[in-house]
Amino acid sequence: MTDSIIDAQGLTKRFTVKKKAVEAVTDLTFEVARGELVAFLGPNGAGKSTSLRMLTTLIPPTSGTARVVGFDILRRPADVRARIGYVGQLTSGSFAQRVRDELLSQGTFYGMSKDASRRRADELIESLDLASFAMRSVQQLSGGQKRRLDVALGLMHAPPLLFLDEPSTGLDPQSRANLWQHILDLRAQHGTTVFLTTHYLEEADRYAERVMVMDQGRVIADDTAARLKANLAGDVLTLGFASAEEAGRAVAVVQSLTDREVRREGEASVSVTAPDGDALLPSAVRALDAAGIVVRRATGVPPTLDDVFLALTGRTLREADEGGATPADEPTDQVADDKVGANR
Amino acid sequence: MSSTTDHPAAQANPARDTWHVLTRELKPVLRDPFTLIFSLVQPLVFLGLFAPLLIGQSGVPAGETLQWFVPGVLVMIVLFGTGATGSNLQYEMMTGSHERTLVAPLSRSSLLVGRALKEIAPIIAQSLLIVAIAMPFGFRADPIGLVVGLALLAVFGVGLGALSYTLALATKDREWLFWGVQQTLIFPLMILSGMLLPLDVAPGWMRAVAAVNPLNWVVQAERALLAGELGSMVVLWGWVAALALACVGLWAGVRAIRRSS
Ligand SMILES: Nc1ncnc2c1ncn2[C@@H]1O[C@H](COP(=O)(O)OP(=O)(O)OP(=O)(O)O)[C@@H](O)[C@H]1O
Ligand SMILES: [Mg+2]
Repeated sequence: MTDSIIDAQGLTKRFTVKKKAVEAVTDLTFEVARGELVAFLGPNGAGKSTSLRMLTTLIPPTSGTARVVGFDILRRPADVRARIGYVGQLTSGSFAQRVRDELLSQGTFYGMSKDASRRRADELIESLDLASFAMRSVQQLSGGQKRRLDVALGLMHAPPLLFLDEPSTGLDPQSRANLWQHILDLRAQHGTTVFLTTHYLEEADRYAERVMVMDQGRVIADDTAARLKANLAGDVLTLGFASAEEAGRAVAVVQSLTDREVRREGEASVSVTAPDGDALLPSAVRALDAAGIVVRRATGVPPTLDDVFLALTGRTLREADEGGATPADEPTDQVADDKVGANR
Repeated sequence: MSSTTDHPAAQANPARDTWHVLTRELKPVLRDPFTLIFSLVQPLVFLGLFAPLLIGQSGVPAGETLQWFVPGVLVMIVLFGTGATGSNLQYEMMTGSHERTLVAPLSRSSLLVGRALKEIAPIIAQSLLIVAIAMPFGFRADPIGLVVGLALLAVFGVGLGALSYTLALATKDREWLFWGVQQTLIFPLMILSGMLLPLDVAPGWMRAVAAVNPLNWVVQAERALLAGELGSMVVLWGWVAALALACVGLWAGVRAIRRSS
């Protein structure tokens, strides 16, 4: 038996929308080791939520299987559910309920004693900064406050495996930092495995040790953020000179140091995208000096995951978001507050 | 499966789960009991504006007319209040809150049964309120009959609530469909229950439809119970109708929630 906490084999999900088949996820195969922190990245409609919903037993795959925390998602869903936490993309709290009540109910749902629920709820209220609205009903919270409650609900029972679907969307920077502090603490204390989706590239970059990129239902890259960037994007170095003539001569000098293509950039600059840019930059300056060419300006810009996505698909994430899914085939998450039937 | 040794199988316990769901559902009601008054608007309108017409038209003393009319209003509470309760679930399905409970290790049936049982609380509270309001105008309820009558309403309400949740689960995010079906059913059911006006003068076909309307049987049983006629045959038929509705409702609801995602 392997020690993987998630083991997905060929997970595929087809929806039928207006008699047409939409393949939301195609042949998803991957493993996640215990304790890993994996970020799942991709534009709107890529299939991230659908993947999570299959792994959390919410929807059955059209084909393929997965074992989550050691249990088959189709044959032993109850065992899977008892051992995972899930923060969905939408609001988890019921609008008629008060914040603290929802946390306590969630504790009892997971078999915690009343005392343990109270202690844990108060801990989370404190650390996720929910105290000022703990006695309000969910209906009366702002978007970010609701999101913090969602996260608190997912953390109530300190599960060994936590799925988070865009946990930081809608949070202010302070709350986002708090959220991450929490996730990191959880890992440090309990070795929790975290599998999350995000649209924030810098977040995946900074915290996740492993990044999976999904596009149009398929995983198109799966590696550490650092390696993805090195292999697919690289640092962009730009060197400026006093004249176009100097820039012209510089191309050959720099090209002798790298196998990546060196380009003329504007009037008197050259640029190159290389994985080892921070080492290449000083040696390029020295070589140019030796050749009698004076470097006037030098910049090195490290790559972002956006560059990785561009290299993989030919589109930036933003373009993919805009051009990808039309609003009509987005799952509904806009529900007007005034339509709430107050729980009678 | 080698992993079963270190992870004991999750123990399903529908009764305990139902209790947890029920107590959660009751929290907003206990926190804010005044919300119960809002769903009383319709029954109160009928009591305040329709009953006087009945009294004036029948020519019998107010107390006597109320004796006939109030039991119907109690059933109306269930019809309007509990019949609409599915919209709460529908709303939770559109936000992510229902989805969250589906990922929790709760038995699917408890999510429905717990909700349906919760309906008992507002039904009892609202019925007692209506009875209290009608008393100064000459309405009298037999105490034992009232207790049995409330129990009958509770069973009937659990069934109707379960059906309302079933409708919500079936219509998913199409609110208009939920309300469309609900409103289309509620008024014919009400009129054909003899709740507002006696059906004695109705044409034969209407009486035939009313005869198979469970609401009609519950209304008649409720009238007999509040008048203290506990041994009447209509009481028995009322219980049969309410229990049948509860069984059908819970069966359909549990089936629907098991398929929900
Ligand atoms: N219940 C459903 N019925 C029909 N189609 C669906 C359903 N859920 C998702 N889809 C479709 O499946 C595809 C993947 O959707 P999914 O929600 O998994 O994307 P996502 O990567 O989570 O996107 P986002 O970043 O916008 O949350 C989309 O084309 C979507 O329209
Ligand atoms: Mg999503």
